[in-house]
Amino acid sequence: MERIAIVGVGQTKYERRKKGEIFYDLVYEVTVKAMEDAGFTLNDIDNVITISNDFWDGRTISCMAVQEAAGAHDKNVSTVEGDGTFGAFYGAMRVLGGFGTTLVVAHSKGSEGDPRFITNGMFDPIYHRPLGIEVLSASALQANVYMEKYGVTEEQFAQVSVKNHGNARKNPLAQLPMNITVEDVMRSRKIADPLKLLDCSPISDGAAAIIIANEERARKAHKKPVWIKGIAHCSEAYFLGDRDLADPIALKEAAKKAYAMAGIRDPLKEIDVVELYDAFSYMEPLWLEGLGFCGPGEGGRMIEKKISTMEGSLPVNPSGGVLSAHPVLAAGLARIIEGVLQIRGEAGEHQIDGVKTALAQGINGPCGQSHCIWIMGRDQ
Amino acid sequence: MARRVAIVGTGQTHHRSHRLDVNGRELIHEAVERALKDCELTIRDIDAIVIGNMDHFESINYVDTWSVEGSGGYMKPIMKVTTGGTTGTSVAIAAYYHVASGLFDKVLAIGWEKNSESDTTGAIITCSDPVWDRFSYSGAIPSLATEASAYMEQYGATQEDAARVAVRERTHAMNNPYAQLHGRPITIKDVMESAMLAYPIKLLDVCPRTDGACAVVFAAEGTAERIAPKPAWIKACAVRHAATWFGDVDYNTGLLSLKRASLEVYEKAGIRHPVEELDVAELYLPYSYAGLKWIEVLGFCGPGEGPKFIWEGHSDMGGKLPINPSGGVMSTNCIGATALLRTAEAALQIMGKGDKRQVPDVKTALATGFGGCWWSDAIIMSSKKP
Repeated sequence: MERIAIVGVGQTKYERRKKGEIFYDLVYEVTVKAMEDAGFTLNDIDNVITISNDFWDGRTISCMAVQEAAGAHDKNVSTVEGDGTFGAFYGAMRVLGGFGTTLVVAHSKGSEGDPRFITNGMFDPIYHRPLGIEVLSASALQANVYMEKYGVTEEQFAQVSVKNHGNARKNPLAQLPMNITVEDVMRSRKIADPLKLLDCSPISDGAAAIIIANEERARKAHKKPVWIKGIAHCSEAYFLGDRDLADPIALKEAAKKAYAMAGIRDPLKEIDVVELYDAFSYMEPLWLEGLGFCGPGEGGRMIEKKISTMEGSLPVNPSGGVLSAHPVLAAGLARIIEGVLQIRGEAGEHQIDGVKTALAQGINGPCGQSHCIWIMGRDQ
Repeated sequence: MARRVAIVGTGQTHHRSHRLDVNGRELIHEAVERALKDCELTIRDIDAIVIGNMDHFESINYVDTWSVEGSGGYMKPIMKVTTGGTTGTSVAIAAYYHVASGLFDKVLAIGWEKNSESDTTGAIITCSDPVWDRFSYSGAIPSLATEASAYMEQYGATQEDAARVAVRERTHAMNNPYAQLHGRPITIKDVMESAMLAYPIKLLDVCPRTDGACAVVFAAEGTAERIAPKPAWIKACAVRHAATWFGDVDYNTGLLSLKRASLEVYEKAGIRHPVEELDVAELYLPYSYAGLKWIEVLGFCGPGEGPKFIWEGHSDMGGKLPINPSGGVMSTNCIGATALLRTAEAALQIMGKGDKRQVPDVKTALATGFGGCWWSDAIIMSSKKP
């Protein structure tokens, strides 16, 4: 792969309800921030990828509404519907395919929709939708399968929530910085067994943007480029009943490809910080297994050993992660941005020392049917 | 440096207003199977998939993950791209960049729509701003009617001029066994006597609603030549998405997005005189008046000269530049697939697989997409490796 880099990033603060701004306002805010970060003007942007979803935005051709806000007027432009990591993947391919720079923008206003109704819309309309299954109940099924198969515990999941909400206290953009205990999580309101309120990510409003550039254009940016070392994505079967929900095979495949591209042989040693898509607390140990940081069923013990805390040998979600702010569609892009900030040494209070290589993950479809992995590095 | 990319196989369903014999996934599968068969590949050979449709039409969210059984996306990278009417060309262009990037060798692009399961206009109306536009000026036909009226006023074009375009499309469709409105030729009189929908647009001036899917296989230089004896090489592609608001569109100038997109692809492909240098064009013409006005924007003739160009038969089969040998959008409109069908039909012409609708000796072809708030995509293909 030719050398390409992330040269500009921008995020809004993530909040439960941004009453004063419609979603084009959020897109405009992060577009301007990413360009300022790179030291670019609109003339330096060759093309634009926006990330939208018609169900979440409540309008068809939802990408239409953000074009002007993303500076796309009279530029080559396209839209990916899915998590921001997938849109960024297309952005990276456009740079590899000949464009000098690509702006990638994702937005989300969870406050303006009904997430249960919207996520019910991804299930089979005849057999599954009438059961009322949506993202919460599907994820509860996955958590149960995971616990049943390996004996991981609710308390181990709760530790993830405690850690990530605690990390969020150091991130001024996070929506839910909280000082909580395992008991608080265990005692919080049951949402869908075994998931309790504090095991679940919130509904959020927010947007994120990055600028990807080829080597020549990256040298013209103000900030030190963060190089894209390995990218890959993969999807598995659709019907939950066709899958072993405790064995994230699509994640394993995506990780395998991304590691190979980045030349990583021992991820635990070679990756300095991880930003995961932890929409629910049980996802962190499960995704750590899929990413090869530990063996099958060992994720829970890895959490208990505090390996993934900010002080541990593999800090996971120092930003607070998706548990602390969940702007659907923008959440994966935010993970990439957090990886960039860590590599640049600009993560502020949640900075991990000496980050050279970061991993970011995005997911799509119920229970992580599809995964997208990004490996980024300080050195070329 | 971007890798050279070619189309090596295409597949499409038989299009009908209601495909009661298949569900959505089966419809997708039909097109995928035909595309793979066309280039003698199996799904195991495919490295990545790009798919698109309009979410609100079938009311299925995350269609990329939903369609895995039909698309063949199991344990493959699959991505969804959706941009309204241009979805098909956006999917094609995304597949092009998948290959051009060097990350994938063989990529499958899929567009599909089961319009029989939706209220198309009801869904399209939701594209407009919910407060300002949605209750006054939205849906597909009002803005098209505005453009048609402005064009007639500006150049003195008549309803009969537009009807001539409709007659051409439906005559061409008779050669295309996949077309929905296949086998039913119409006359100018038929068009003029059909029901008025929104002045000056009558029933036979607009596209139908269709169930259908299309799949196209893209491959990298080095691989493409081994797969297909005559690959359709992508010379250039461009997209222009302009306004967000229908009220911001200038209905008195040409279709600005198509102008900009076509200028970019002509320049990249080294085309100066499109009518002489293009051998065939598959244009996304959703209604008859577009067939007059937008060919002016594409530089096929001067401003206001569209009707003359059409009446003189230059765009008919056997004319100087045959337009839409497939019968075009006015004969088949499965929205998420419509623009990909333009790409597939243009590639088919270069590969010499057009059967009864084949234009002789096609070396260069243009395909376009149209949608959203007056957006356009354009792709130039060539029989010669660029």
